[in-house]
Amino acid sequence: MKFARNITIGQYVYKDSVIHRLDPRVKIFTVLLIIIAVFLVKTWSGFSIIGSYLFTNIYLAKVHPKFVLKGIKPLIIIIMFTLLIHTFTTQGEVIYNIWTFNITREGIQKGLFIAVRLFYLILSTSWLTLTTSPIALTDGIESILSFLKIIKIPAHEIAMMMTIALRFIPTLLEETEKIIKAQIARGADLESGNFIKRIYNFLPILIPLFITAFHRADELAIAMEARCYHGGEGRTHYRQLLITISDFIFFIITLLVLLIAYCLVF
Amino acid sequence: MLIHLKNVSYTYNLNMPFETVALTSINLKIDKGEFVGIIGHTGCGKTTLLQILNGLLEPTSGQVFFDSIDIHKNKHKLRELRKKIGLAFQYPENQFFEENIFKEIAFGPKNMGISEQELEKRVKQSLEIVGLDYYSYKDRSPFSLSGGEMRRLAIASILAIDPEIIILDEPTASLDPQSCNKLLSVIINLYQKYNKTIIMVSHNMEIIAELTKRIIVLEKGKIIMDDTPRNIFRFSIEKLENIGLSLPQVTYTLYKLKKMGKPVSSAILTVAEAKDEILKLVRKR
Amino acid sequence: MKGNFLIKFDQVSHFYDLETEHKVPSLLDISLEINKGDFVAIIGANGSGKSTLAKHMNGLLLPSEGNVFVENLNTKDWGKIWDIRKKVGMVFQNPDNQLVATTVEDDIAFGLENIGIKLEEMKRRIDWAINIVGLSELRNSEPHLLSGGQKQKVVIAGALAMHTSYLVLDEPTSMLDPRGRKEVLEIIKRLNREENITIIYITQFMSEAAQFKKIIVLDKGKIISIDTPKNVFSKADLLINLNLEIPQITKLARELAKYGLDIPTNILNEEEMIRYLCLYI
Repeated sequence: MKFARNITIGQYVYKDSVIHRLDPRVKIFTVLLIIIAVFLVKTWSGFSIIGSYLFTNIYLAKVHPKFVLKGIKPLIIIIMFTLLIHTFTTQGEVIYNIWTFNITREGIQKGLFIAVRLFYLILSTSWLTLTTSPIALTDGIESILSFLKIIKIPAHEIAMMMTIALRFIPTLLEETEKIIKAQIARGADLESGNFIKRIYNFLPILIPLFITAFHRADELAIAMEARCYHGGEGRTHYRQLLITISDFIFFIITLLVLLIAYCLVF
Repeated sequence: MLIHLKNVSYTYNLNMPFETVALTSINLKIDKGEFVGIIGHTGCGKTTLLQILNGLLEPTSGQVFFDSIDIHKNKHKLRELRKKIGLAFQYPENQFFEENIFKEIAFGPKNMGISEQELEKRVKQSLEIVGLDYYSYKDRSPFSLSGGEMRRLAIASILAIDPEIIILDEPTASLDPQSCNKLLSVIINLYQKYNKTIIMVSHNMEIIAELTKRIIVLEKGKIIMDDTPRNIFRFSIEKLENIGLSLPQVTYTLYKLKKMGKPVSSAILTVAEAKDEILKLVRKR
Repeated sequence: MKGNFLIKFDQVSHFYDLETEHKVPSLLDISLEINKGDFVAIIGANGSGKSTLAKHMNGLLLPSEGNVFVENLNTKDWGKIWDIRKKVGMVFQNPDNQLVATTVEDDIAFGLENIGIKLEEMKRRIDWAINIVGLSELRNSEPHLLSGGQKQKVVIAGALAMHTSYLVLDEPTSMLDPRGRKEVLEIIKRLNREENITIIYITQFMSEAAQFKKIIVLDKGKIISIDTPKNVFSKADLLINLNLEIPQITKLARELAKYGLDIPTNILNEEEMIRYLCLYI
């Protein structure tokens, strides 16, 4: 099965862009700020500023729009649904009437706002995962969390878990495929039956998978111990994160843009 | 004939960025009662071929016939096929999930609609064939066994389906010598006493030479040799060497002697044959 | 003085299940010395204690009786355990379950990060180790895309980067294909020859053990013999009784000897057999 798997975890696509080169922590904070801004902003002009900012970032990332759309596709239905619900259920100045359903001006506005907010959320997180490799994200999260060590957050342990998970996902996926095939060869039926039955039919896949995962964890722990692993204390880092002038400038610009968006009153 | 692969090709991830051709134009006929060995380097397509043979994978082009019926023409036929072809993947003990050995072995036949009474019979028989005592093993957990026992148990769980054809992918991988020998006698028994058709992939040339009656050599997704072991060692031994496949130690020895000009045959499959061939030569002098 | 550079077992016994009445001995009264630069194989049937013995060498297991010393450091001394594990590197059977990072070079770095090596030194050691095992082009590869042999080489590189002097390998080739097995054997031979790294290699395959300078034979937790491959293999009946596999070529030698040919019964490879046969034919 060696040739069958070349999985890219998440959506990371390597490109040589200024965004790709940004420090992951800066990008993570940017997304957090965008999330906050998106919910605080209440004006169309504010939204359009955020929108232009987002699209500029996506453009700078040299990422093909199709990848971005890929992230939106699954959630289009939810966005539409939310839009419709708010349009029809909000009280206010009625502009249209279909049967017993009232479409109010406030409803349309609220619905659109929420739809746009969701859209921006997806855009910004997609932007993050398209331009930041999973391991860079892990490093960024570890770095951010380590500032929280004061409140006893086990930053290193969390990062170690994420790294190992990333390392083993392709391996476990291959394993799953093998187990599925082995059980099908023994007549297992994974396709028919109602919901409950289907879950039951998956036990012959899940149980061996869990067992092998635990077994791997056991052996891996011994191997790590043999290599002097003893938690985060005294550990140095091979992969270093460096904040550069570009990171600084980017962050300042982001802050300014979002601040302006928030301050606009019309 | 039993299985017929007609111009079969298989490509993983067809039409996608990581497209990989695994098999090209495979034409293969296997008759009932054969013992076929499949050899080749890692990545040559062996595992893919096995999965094509039992219908787990559908060829991207070409057809697979079982008893002259195209197995991919309808899903029902494919279901039926599972009852006739048993496939043990590498490290088959990784598929265990039941709480006791009885249930583990019964899983296969149960899926295929075997009645409760018949189930017990099947489990008993399968355990007997692999040399594990029914009464002392049936209530134990599959995970409480030694490595060699687990391997035999996995084979038993496939045998319980009572297939005509048994496909084994590296059945002796990672086994210690003692367990390996036990397993090999089970396989020989399946062939000789129970008349099963056996298709076996192995890296171990000594086992392949001794046990199989026909060797298929795969290289980069194509069949480059398909003959009896003796013929291959007699006529195509250089070819094997050239693609870097190792020969059984005794065969290699005789081959080297032959290359040095000594009047010996390199069509040697076992230690006994090598001994005879060498003694013949010594006595001549 | 040479005397200090060795791994020493001093009357070591090890029992699993100490609490129960039924003490199961995995090692019984083991005394042996492995000197720096040695190239030794350990063979024995399943359950003979090979793995247990290996895990005593870096303190993963501690003796129930007796002591294990690594260059005068006692493995029971918890304060010294990291020093011991730097000196004694270990390679296990399953190539996959030893790789912890998402790329080859990150995995080699793992051990160095653990012992607090500074960045510059880390880079030097990683470059050196990755070169020795010949994986420079695969620096940024992900583990699941490597072959079994390559994975084991990454593990070996990781140990090398820690400046290991004694490399213990517990059946490292059991799960590899012939190509991978060759790769691993070749690299450890080179490490012993060129870098003077002590190799302690556990296997159940005689054909592999035959390539080492010394073989330690274990049976039911006891050392049966420590000798050269030649001497160990001439006691073929002993090996059969211990449920160990004899290479096909050795079987042939024994058969030919039975039929009157004056060839040694401890022939271990085809080249040797051919040489002897040429005297006859």
